[in-house]
Amino acid sequence: MQLLKRKRPLQAVHYLLLSLAVFAVLFPPAVVVLNAFKGTEEYNASGVFDLPNSFFNMDNFRTVMRIGHMGRAFYNTGIILVLSLIGNILIGTTAAYALGRFDFKLKRVILAGYVLATLIPSVTTQVATFSIIKNLGLFNTHLAPVLLYLGTDVVQIYIFLQFIRGIPFDLDESAMMEGASLFRIFRSVIFPLLIPATATVTIIKTISIYNDMYIPYLYMPAQKLGVVSTSLMKFAGVNSAQWNLISAAVVIILIPTVIIYLFLQRYIFSGIVSGSVK
Amino acid sequence: MYSSLYKKQKTVILFAFLLLPVTLLILFSLYPGANLLYLSLTSWDGYSSDKGWVGFDNYREIFHNSEIFSVFGHNLYYFFGGILQNVVALYFAVILSRKLRGRNGFRVLIFLPYIMNSVAIAYMFSYVYDAQHGSLNALLTNLGLGDLITSWLGNKHMVNISLALISMWKYLGFNMVIYIGALQSIPEDLYEAARIDGANGWQSFRFITWPSLLKIIELSMLLTVTGALEVFDLPFIMTKGGPAGASETFVTKTVDTAFHYSNYGLASAMGVVLLAIVIVVITVQRKLILREEKGR
Repeated sequence: MQLLKRKRPLQAVHYLLLSLAVFAVLFPPAVVVLNAFKGTEEYNASGVFDLPNSFFNMDNFRTVMRIGHMGRAFYNTGIILVLSLIGNILIGTTAAYALGRFDFKLKRVILAGYVLATLIPSVTTQVATFSIIKNLGLFNTHLAPVLLYLGTDVVQIYIFLQFIRGIPFDLDESAMMEGASLFRIFRSVIFPLLIPATATVTIIKTISIYNDMYIPYLYMPAQKLGVVSTSLMKFAGVNSAQWNLISAAVVIILIPTVIIYLFLQRYIFSGIVSGSVK
Repeated sequence: MYSSLYKKQKTVILFAFLLLPVTLLILFSLYPGANLLYLSLTSWDGYSSDKGWVGFDNYREIFHNSEIFSVFGHNLYYFFGGILQNVVALYFAVILSRKLRGRNGFRVLIFLPYIMNSVAIAYMFSYVYDAQHGSLNALLTNLGLGDLITSWLGNKHMVNISLALISMWKYLGFNMVIYIGALQSIPEDLYEAARIDGANGWQSFRFITWPSLLKIIELSMLLTVTGALEVFDLPFIMTKGGPAGASETFVTKTVDTAFHYSNYGLASAMGVVLLAIVIVVITVQRKLILREEKGR
């Protein structure tokens, strides 16, 4: 009883601080949502926290979709995302199999190369990267960001390596007893066991690719190749005074991720945790 | 126990499975890194075919021109923000790992910013901080704190704090979830045993939770330091380094030096300096971790 009583004020402090944090988290998006439904005149006349006349006023969203070419932006982002994910999973699982299961002369060199790659701040090496992309004839194509997401952000290799080390080598050996080829072992034993890791990689890469602005901004500036991030930048740059329109654009971009997040949060948490704790 | 058949297969597999990843690694990470090193010793302007060799002049420029190196002072704001963020994240992680009503809801909401698109976040906060129409100033007025109103991004004393706060807002939940993951991997028996021995909440935190978390805290401090050194997108989108350069970071300055002032040689040297600092930080950190482990 004594213990319980002493705990109560502390508990109240916890709740107070948690509520403050939740308020801080929700305050910026909440105001943006309110604005997104206000017409320009209405916006100018109303206070920041006033509710809009109607939550069914979709005019701003329609305007943004049309002028900001948001449909096209989602399409471009989608293509890049799918191709990068497939590539990341193929490259990550095969490289991790080769590096995690066999010993060979160059192994330490390659592993050191991957460590070095994570250390180099990629924003600073863009001059050389740019000339490579240009010489390959990939400037202003969907393939430029795809290749860069495969080659510069190598976190998938670490994740798959870490998972593959957890798979007992006995499994490989018993498959060898049965006469399976090494490729067969990869395909039928290792790859299926890496599927949980694939979920982790998918989550982490999706978040970083959907949120990236710099690579598309530099490597596919063409109007029709805008992705979600760069389209928002262009749209907001032109309409910088119209907060109600910008708000609608922000809402359009946030909604898909927020919905997916709310449904999959359990898996996203565990994916993030298993991806970053070594 | 490879038969000769498996030996041949191994060679094929290694070649087939590593060719593409290693090519990509060399092409898009290692070669650009080496190129950075080479360009840092030239006075290249980015377009002429003549890449004049200047040796270490660019490095001398960086360390002697106070305008360049002092920009790291702005990165410090993100560093201190990051430390504060780790402390708060750890606190939330500890209380949200306990049996607390509504804990899942709190976790979901506090993590929410991390999944949000960074450009969308930048514009959202441009609105929060806007001097005339901004929601933060409106909130302060409504709370009767009108005296605090300022132009959050236009005031050179506030701009870095305002930007660092966005960074904290975005990454706090990520930190928290990582800490929660680490906390959950501590076996419950340890706490039970401690409780039986009469340990109070603080003691079990001090002697069970804290030591088990040490490694993940160091990892996350490492991310905080490198993240603070490499801050780029918030000032790049929101302030363009302004007002009057007050929110430039080392990386926005590097990008400006290269793409705006066409001084690729100097910009490359700045990139190398940044890389060197990151490597030093990591080496020191690893030494510290190793020392901890030896001590135990």
